[in-house]
Amino acid sequence: MRDCKPILLLEDDTVDAMTVKRALKDLKVINPLVRVGNGEEALVYLRDDNNIKPCVILLDLNMPKMNGIEFLRVAKADEKLKRIPAIVLTTSKDDQDRLQTFRLNVSGFIVKPVDYIKFVEAMRIIDLYWTLSELPNSEQESLNANIQTDNACRR
Amino acid sequence: MRTSRPIMLVEDDSIDAMTVKRAMKDLKVSNQLVHLANGEEAINYLHSEDNHKPCVILLDLNMPKMDGFEFLKIAKSDAELRQIPVIVLTTSREERDKVESFQFCVAGYIVKPTDYKKFVDAIRTIDLYWTLSELPCCVA
Repeated sequence: MRDCKPILLLEDDTVDAMTVKRALKDLKVINPLVRVGNGEEALVYLRDDNNIKPCVILLDLNMPKMNGIEFLRVAKADEKLKRIPAIVLTTSKDDQDRLQTFRLNVSGFIVKPVDYIKFVEAMRIIDLYWTLSELPNSEQESLNANIQTDNACRR
Repeated sequence: MRTSRPIMLVEDDSIDAMTVKRAMKDLKVSNQLVHLANGEEAINYLHSEDNHKPCVILLDLNMPKMDGFEFLKIAKSDAELRQIPVIVLTTSREERDKVESFQFCVAGYIVKPTDYKKFVDAIRTIDLYWTLSELPCCVA
């Protein structure tokens, strides 16, 4: 990714989350991966000022408690959170899901390939695109968080 | 791109528009490129029922009549148009422009490389990503 801020992953399935982690490692993506199990946990993470805001959000749609679409409804209406690009990473090929999420301004809708090699290729393209694209630097973020980001880059 | 619908380019500079066209041709991107010179023309095009809605919109920021931000303000408050991914393609590296664009939930902000080869690489990456990603299906 263009900056060294964490990637936030919303995924309730532990095996799927491990696959993302493994693919990022194989691709030598240095951004830390922060994984939460559902939309509610993601909002708690994002609204805690002690946490560095992620550069991008990768989200599954089917999750317990608060699913991906419910999360997007809240996040994309929040002035502080709406600017973070959210990319859907799902097994759903449902037209309704696609329509609803694009209406909620997602920055990509990727159907997870089952095959690992193809999955890595998908993650490579996501990384390539979000390295080419600039990312918003949150002005409201504390200096403290910026220092943490700098330190993360040096690691 | 994943679909065969046109790609909309909103760009006032005709040389820059030709560069995009040339890069797409070199990359054998088969989608038709619909070029409009400013935000107002783009909105008119998008509102006309006769035109095919684009799969993605590539948007310059500094344009006469209606600039990129004014365009985003209208497009992103329209229930039908808001679902079309908008990718900013600009020379501006201003932090303010980046933040403002992402506040409108743009699906990418790309600073145009001046070198043609790098420009082609950028267009290739955009094409790769929007071929991998699904696109909103139900846009008329």
